[in-house]
Amino acid sequence: MSKQHVSTIVNGDPVEFLADPGMTLLDALRDELDLTGSKEGCGSGDCGACSVILDGRLVCSCLVLAPEAEGRRVETIEGLAHGSELHPLQQKFLEHAALQCGFCTPGLLMASKALLDVNPDPTESEARYWLAGNLCRCTGYDKIIRAVMDAAAELRQERV
Amino acid sequence: MSQLDYLAPATADEAVKALGGAGARAMAGGTDLLVQLRAGRAKPNVIVDLKRIAGAVGIRQEAGAFIIGAATSGAAIGEHAALVKAWPGVVEATNLIGSTQVQGRATLAGNLCNASPAADSVPAMIAARAVCVIIGPGGRREAPVEAICTAPGRTSLAPGEFVLEIRLPARPARASDAYLRLIPRTEMDIAVVGAGVSLVLDGAGVITDAQVSLGAVAPTALLVADASLALVGSKLDEAALAKLDAAARDACRPISDKRGTAEYRTKIAGVLARRAAAIAYSRAGGQA
Amino acid sequence: MSDVLDRPDIGHNAGDDLKVVGTRPIRPDGADKVTGRAAFGADFNMPGQLVGKVLRSPHAHARIVSIDAKKARALPGVKAIVTGADFPNLADEFHEGGEAASNLRDLAMNVMARDKALYDGHAVAAVAATSSAVADEALALITVVYEVLPHVQEVEAAMAQDAPLLHGRMFTEGLEARPDKPSNIAKRNRIARGDLDAGFAAADVIVEGRYTTQAVHQGYIEPHACVASWAADGQCSVWSSSQGQFMVRTYCAKVLGLEISNIRVTPAEIGGGFGGKTTVYLEPLALALSRQSGHPVKMVMTRDEVFRATGPTSGSVMYVRLGAKTDGTITAADVELKYQAGAFPGSPVGAGSMTALACYHIPNFRITGWDVVTNTPKVAAYRAPGAPISAFAVECAVDDLALKLGMDPIALREKNAVRDGMKASYGPTFQNIGYVETLEAIKTSPHYQIPLGPNQGRGVAVGFWFNVGGESTAALHVGEDGTAVVVTGNPDIGGSRASMAMMAAEALGIGVEKVRPIVADTASIGFSMLTGGSRTTFATGMAVVQAAEKVVAELKRRAALIWEVSADHVAWREGVAHCLDPAKTDKPPLSLEAIAAQSARTGGPISAQVSLNAQGAGPGFAAHICDVEIDPETGGVTVLRYTAAQDVGKAIHPAYVEGQIQGGVAQGVGWALNEEYIFDRDGKMENAGFLDYRVPVASDLPMIDAIMVEVPNPRHPFGAKGVGEVPIVPPLAAVANAVRAATGVRMCDLPLSPPKIRAVLDAKEG
Repeated sequence: MSKQHVSTIVNGDPVEFLADPGMTLLDALRDELDLTGSKEGCGSGDCGACSVILDGRLVCSCLVLAPEAEGRRVETIEGLAHGSELHPLQQKFLEHAALQCGFCTPGLLMASKALLDVNPDPTESEARYWLAGNLCRCTGYDKIIRAVMDAAAELRQERV
Repeated sequence: MSQLDYLAPATADEAVKALGGAGARAMAGGTDLLVQLRAGRAKPNVIVDLKRIAGAVGIRQEAGAFIIGAATSGAAIGEHAALVKAWPGVVEATNLIGSTQVQGRATLAGNLCNASPAADSVPAMIAARAVCVIIGPGGRREAPVEAICTAPGRTSLAPGEFVLEIRLPARPARASDAYLRLIPRTEMDIAVVGAGVSLVLDGAGVITDAQVSLGAVAPTALLVADASLALVGSKLDEAALAKLDAAARDACRPISDKRGTAEYRTKIAGVLARRAAAIAYSRAGGQA
Repeated sequence: MSDVLDRPDIGHNAGDDLKVVGTRPIRPDGADKVTGRAAFGADFNMPGQLVGKVLRSPHAHARIVSIDAKKARALPGVKAIVTGADFPNLADEFHEGGEAASNLRDLAMNVMARDKALYDGHAVAAVAATSSAVADEALALITVVYEVLPHVQEVEAAMAQDAPLLHGRMFTEGLEARPDKPSNIAKRNRIARGDLDAGFAAADVIVEGRYTTQAVHQGYIEPHACVASWAADGQCSVWSSSQGQFMVRTYCAKVLGLEISNIRVTPAEIGGGFGGKTTVYLEPLALALSRQSGHPVKMVMTRDEVFRATGPTSGSVMYVRLGAKTDGTITAADVELKYQAGAFPGSPVGAGSMTALACYHIPNFRITGWDVVTNTPKVAAYRAPGAPISAFAVECAVDDLALKLGMDPIALREKNAVRDGMKASYGPTFQNIGYVETLEAIKTSPHYQIPLGPNQGRGVAVGFWFNVGGESTAALHVGEDGTAVVVTGNPDIGGSRASMAMMAAEALGIGVEKVRPIVADTASIGFSMLTGGSRTTFATGMAVVQAAEKVVAELKRRAALIWEVSADHVAWREGVAHCLDPAKTDKPPLSLEAIAAQSARTGGPISAQVSLNAQGAGPGFAAHICDVEIDPETGGVTVLRYTAAQDVGKAIHPAYVEGQIQGGVAQGVGWALNEEYIFDRDGKMENAGFLDYRVPVASDLPMIDAIMVEVPNPRHPFGAKGVGEVPIVPPLAAVANAVRAATGVRMCDLPLSPPKIRAVLDAKEG
C-alpha cells in the first residue's frame, strides 16, 4: 500500500497531502490538513456532519475518497466566513440560537450555503427537504429553518 | 495489511484493463462502495473511479433519446430540464436516493450495479425501458436495465465489465412516467416499497402502452407484466386501477425484515402502483 | 468550602427590572461553533498519540472461555492490549452521579467484560497501535473463545421463571421476603396511597391497558471520544467529551484504582449527550492502554459502537388501570411498570414510578416498578430518565378515560390537576408550581382552536420532571479593565455559558458582553456534579450569582476604601458604586471599571468563588398538543402542528429555553413514531446506524411552538427552573393520542410505525 500524492484547492488555497488510497476526504481534511471543523457523526453518509462543497456540489466528505479530490475545489466550514466577518448564515444561526451543542452546525451551514447558492428564495418545505441529510438532535430544526430563511432574505436584500 | 489501490482512468479502455484484475471494483459516485468499505463488507484490491473517463459524466440527447453517463450525479440529472420534462419519473426516482449530499455523488449506474432490491432508480428505469451500454474486455454491448441485477448484491456483468452509459428512449407525445416509494420517514430511508410506472396515451386519453415495475418486493426489481394488461386500453378508471393493484400485489415475493413485513410490502405495492399510475397518467395529459 | 443552600427569595425575582436576564444575546461560544473552531472530543490530539480500538462481543450472551492476544501483540505497531484481567475487580459501591446512582462494580464490568459478555457490543479487549489500520488488524488477530449462552432481551421474557440468568448473584430487592432463587429482576419498588380497592369501587368508569415501548438511543450526533495520557510518574490527563469532567475523573479513578488528584480531566466541547454522556466507556480503557504503552492514546467510537455499546434507555411493558366518577374525578390508579435495565441493574423505573402520576391528585393509587436485566446494552440516562415511558402509558389511559367520559382531555386533566399545597404522588408537597397554567396556555392557544380535516387527529398529553440541584462551584474574577471571567465546572451542552454569563452580568450590573464564561478542567475549578437532571442553570447558576454577589460586596468595600466611608454607605446600582454618606455627597459614582483599575491599591485582585449544594429546584410541568394526519392506505403519519407549553420558572435566555423545548419534542416525536432498537434472533442489533435507527429529519417535523409559562421559583435568584428534560415527557402520548383521534383506534405499542398503523386500520375494517 503506497500513499498517493494529492493536490487540491481547499477554501481557495492550493494544498498538498499524502493519502492512503482508502482514506476519506473527511479524514484527509481532519488529520492531514488539521481542518477539524468538518465532523464525523456516522461515517456512512447518514448524518451530514461532514458536509463540504466539492466542485460546487454538496457532498458528505466521508463518502469521498481523498485521492478523488485531486485537482478539485473543496469548500469547508473554515472557509465560510470572510476573514473575521461572518457569513450571513453564520450570523443568523447565532441570532436565532439555531445551535445548541454545535456539533452538527458546520455541516448544516455548508448544506445551507449550498441551498442558497442554487435557490436564493426557498420555501420552508424546500429548506427542510434540502437539509434532511443533516441530522440535528438538539434543536428540533425549528430555529435552524428560521435562521436559513432569514439569511436567505438578507442575502436577497444584499443582491438588490 | 490489506492492499488497496485507487485508479482514475481517463479512458474506457484503461478502465476495462484496470477492472480486469482480481479484486477490482468500479466506483461511480461511491456512496454505496465507501459505506461497504468502512463496514468491511467490501474488500477490493483496486478501486477504479469511473468519473474521469471521457463521457462518463454528462447527459446528451440523440434523436430524442437521452444518454446519461454512468458517473453523472443525481443532482446533475435533476438539473437537466429536457430530461426532467421527458422522464420526470426517472428523475424523481434518482433524486430520492439519499440526501442532498448523496445526490451530489450518487449515480444511476451505481444505484443499479449495487444491486440492492430497494434501489429507487431501478424500478423507474425498468418502467422506462432504459438500456445500459456496457463496456468490457469483449467490447461494447447493450442490455436492458432489468437484465443487470440477478440477486441482492449480484449482477450479470462479467469480470472487467462496467456500465458506461444509460439510455432512455425517445418519448412520443402524451407519454410520461412517475415513481413513488414508501419510507417511514420523509427522507433518508431505504424504500420499503418502490413503484415506477410509465404510460403512453392516445389522443383520447386511452393508455396504449404501460410498463410497471416494483422495487423492494422481491430479490430484484420486478417488471409487472400483468400490469400492462390491466392498464392498456383503459382511461385509468377505477376498474383498471383495481386490476393494477391486484396485479402488483400478485407479483410480489417480498421478505419480512427490519424495514417492513412481507404482508405490508404487498399491500403497499398495490397502493403505490395505483398512485404512481395516476400521477403518470395526469402528467401524460390524461384526465382521470 | 461548601454550604447547603436552602434559603428564601434574595430579591432578584422575576418582577424586578432585569436588564440582562430574559434577553436574547448571542452566545459567548457562538463564533467558535459556527466557524468550525470549537474543539469537540475527537478534535484534540497529543504528540505521539496512539490509536485505541475496542474488540466487542458478537454475542448477546456468552461466557468468555479464553482470550489469546499473542498474534496481535506480535504485530508491528501494536503497543498495548488490555482485557478484563487488566482491571481491578470492584466491590458493590453506589455512586450518586447527579442523574442516577451507579454501582461502580457494574460500571467497571460494563467498561470491560470479565468472565461473561452480556450483550452484543460488550467490550472484551482493547488495543493501542500506531495507526488505525494496525489497530484494526490487531483486533482481527485476537482470538476469543466464547461459550455462547441463551440470551433474553424482552423484559417480560427476562422476568420469567425459566429465563436465562445474566447474573447468578442477583436476588430481587424490594420484595416483602428475599427470594430464595436468583433472577433477572434486580428490584421492585412501590409507591402507594389510600385504598386502591375502595377507589376502584367508587369509580363509575374504568379504563385499562397494556402498553409497550422499545429501547431508544439518545442519538447525540457526536460519537464518544477521548485522548488519555498516563505519564511515567502516574499523573494522568484525560481530554474527553462528556456531561461532566468530574464524573469522568471519579469513574476513571474507581475503575482503575487511582487517586483523584492524579487525574486531570479537561472537558472538550460536547456534541450532544441527553444523559448518554453521564458515564464512561472509553476513558478508563484509554488510560489503561496509555499506562501499558507509555504513549497517549486516542479513542473514538464509530456510530455502530455508539448504538451497540452505549446507553439506550429502557424498553418497557406497562399496565395502567384508572377509575373515575362521571364528573371526571379520578378515584383510583394502578400502574405497573417493567423496565429493561440492559446488562446491569439500574433502569430508570424508579423515576418512572415517581413521575407516572405526578401531574394528578388521586386519593388512591399504587405504582409498582420492576427493574429487570436483559442481554442488551446497559441503559444510560436519557432526558428525564424513565418519565416519558410511564407518561406514555398513563397519558394514553387518561385520554381513553376522557373519551369514555365524553370530556375534553384538557378539562379532565384540569379537574384532577395537582396544585400548590398538594402532596405529590412521590412524596413532597408542591409549592410554586405552574402546572394548571400550562394547561390553560394550551387550552387558549390558537392551535387548540384550529379545525381538523379528514384523517387528522389531535392529541393532548402532559408531563412532569423533578429537576434537581446539587453540588456546584463557580468562580468570578474581575479583570483590571472592569470585565469579568466566570468559571464553572459544567460542560456547556446547549448554551449554558450564555446563561452563566447573563446571570453574572445581571448580578454585577454590567453588560453581558463584559463577562466571559469559561468551562474549566478538574484542576482549575472546584467540584461540580455533571450537567444533567436540568440542574446547571439552577444550581450552577445559583453559585454564579452568589459569586457575583460576593464580588459586588467586595466592590462596595473597595469603593468605601477609596472614598474613605463606611461600606454601609455604598450602594451598588447597574454596575456603579454610589456614595450615600451624607457628609460626602460630592463623591462622583465609581464604576466597576474604575474600582477594578485601582484594585492593586485597595487590596489586590477582586474575585470570589462559591461552592454549594443547591436545594429547592422547582419541578417542571409541560402540556403539549399534537396534530397528525394519517395516510390510511400506507399507515404513514405526518405531524402537522405541535405546541408545547411549559412552566420554565423564569427564562434566563428565552431562545435557548425554547430550543430545549423544541429539541425535547423532536426526540419524543421520534420515539413515538420511528425509533427503536431492533435485534435479530441471535440478539444482535440490526439497526446500529442512522440509516435504520430513524431519528427525525428536518422534513419530518413542523415548526414547534414553544409557550413559556413563567411561574418563578423563589429558591433561585432569578426564579429559574430546570427546562431541559420535561419537554420529552409528553410527546410519546401526545402523538399516540393524536393517532388514536385520527384513526379511531387506540394503539398501545411504540413506535407507531406505518406497518402497525395500516394493520390496525385493516383490522378495524374487518
